[in-house]
Amino acid sequence: MPTVRFTQNIQRHVACPTREVAGETIRDVLDGYFRLHAQARGYVLDDQGRLRQHMAIFIDGSQIRDRDDLSDRVPPDAVVDLVQALSGG
Amino acid sequence: MSTRCHVATRKGLFTLNRGASAWSISRANFLGDNCTLVMHDPRSGELIAALNHGHFGVKMHRSRDGGATWNEIATPQYPEKPADYVPKVKPAEGKPADWSLKLVWSLAPGGGDEPGVLWCGTLPGGLFRSEDGGNSWALNRSLWDDPQREEWFGGGADHPGIHSVCVDPRDSRHVTVGVSCGGVWSTRDAGSTWRLTGRGMRAEFMPPERQFEPNVQDPHLVAQSPANPDVLWVQHHNGIFKSTDAAASWSEITNVKPSAFGFPVAAHPGDADTAWFVPAVKDEKRYPMDGRVVVNRTRDGGKSFETLTRGLPQEHAYDLVFRHALDVDETGDRLMFGSTTGSLWVSEDAGDSWQTVSSNLPPIYAVRFEKVS
Repeated sequence: MPTVRFTQNIQRHVACPTREVAGETIRDVLDGYFRLHAQARGYVLDDQGRLRQHMAIFIDGSQIRDRDDLSDRVPPDAVVDLVQALSGG
Repeated sequence: MSTRCHVATRKGLFTLNRGASAWSISRANFLGDNCTLVMHDPRSGELIAALNHGHFGVKMHRSRDGGATWNEIATPQYPEKPADYVPKVKPAEGKPADWSLKLVWSLAPGGGDEPGVLWCGTLPGGLFRSEDGGNSWALNRSLWDDPQREEWFGGGADHPGIHSVCVDPRDSRHVTVGVSCGGVWSTRDAGSTWRLTGRGMRAEFMPPERQFEPNVQDPHLVAQSPANPDVLWVQHHNGIFKSTDAAASWSEITNVKPSAFGFPVAAHPGDADTAWFVPAVKDEKRYPMDGRVVVNRTRDGGKSFETLTRGLPQEHAYDLVFRHALDVDETGDRLMFGSTTGSLWVSEDAGDSWQTVSSNLPPIYAVRFEKVS
């Protein structure tokens, strides 16, 4: 099952513990995570469900390509990292 | 008379109290965070703060104990586009408007007869209404779906936005909003229908044949007179405009020294002929004329202006005052304004003289007194 980890910088706004969440695409994985931690959704995705402009997601160290539909595939044992981009600060 | 004021800045929200002899900062909240707006609701005593976290988006927080503790509340959300929606390319941007919250740009309590109702204007141009004190928000579809809304364009910002919401104290269903750039709109039925009401405004930045179109106007702020709500003042990109017929028509006030350009305007609570402005060099430079911070006050409905300087820096001062960074209390005697360079001044004699409260705050976005209802 993929492991989802969040940047430490988000933790002062909303608690985002590391979790194992099932899913075949990054959308599936995030939806599963936000079912457990609903308040985190608005910190990562905008109101249209897209990845926020200044956030970044890595799957096993590779940045995702589809920031709008989040269709990138997630291997079963992948590590997913959510971090803020250096832009936008 | 107000004894407490809230100041929203680039690095947090500051509360100021009037002590025995002077104003001082009594509390700092959200230190380090970009607090873009604050609202005090005189009906409930609640405070609402808007934050814009660069990475994590726009968030709203509410305090029910005067700012001692805060809780995150709902943030306005743009709905999904309808399946049959055909986006219209905005000429100014070459692409359709983005249906996504960029900034909370105005917050206003509803009328005294509608507790819990709040209005929220945003970039990219959506007006939201809450009926539960900010626990939930709904986009006003009537204004958003008006075809003329898709013609709005950004003025300074990359997106158009609603920066002013004026609720008529005589009739809560009568609401007037200001849009940069999209003129002034009003509703008489609590937002079911809207009317564009910018007749008489002039936009120098447009080609000559389009300068008087109401939907291209750039009002920087709309202030409604509590004493006579048919009187509204607008600090516009091109000068000062006034309406005496509830925004149906506007007349330009010219010959304002040292400048008719600026962002904020405050209307006297008890005298419809009195209003304050903070002028600046127009419009691509945006600093005080000759490096002198001044406040302009009219007491005769705009026929003449006094330029008030006592206590304000009169050399090498380059403080710009944003549109929400000037406020007047419920008596009309106390005013406070803050600048982009973190200076904050207060007057307790209707602007005749000013005292410096701080010269070292972060850039100031909004100043709001706690007004006694």
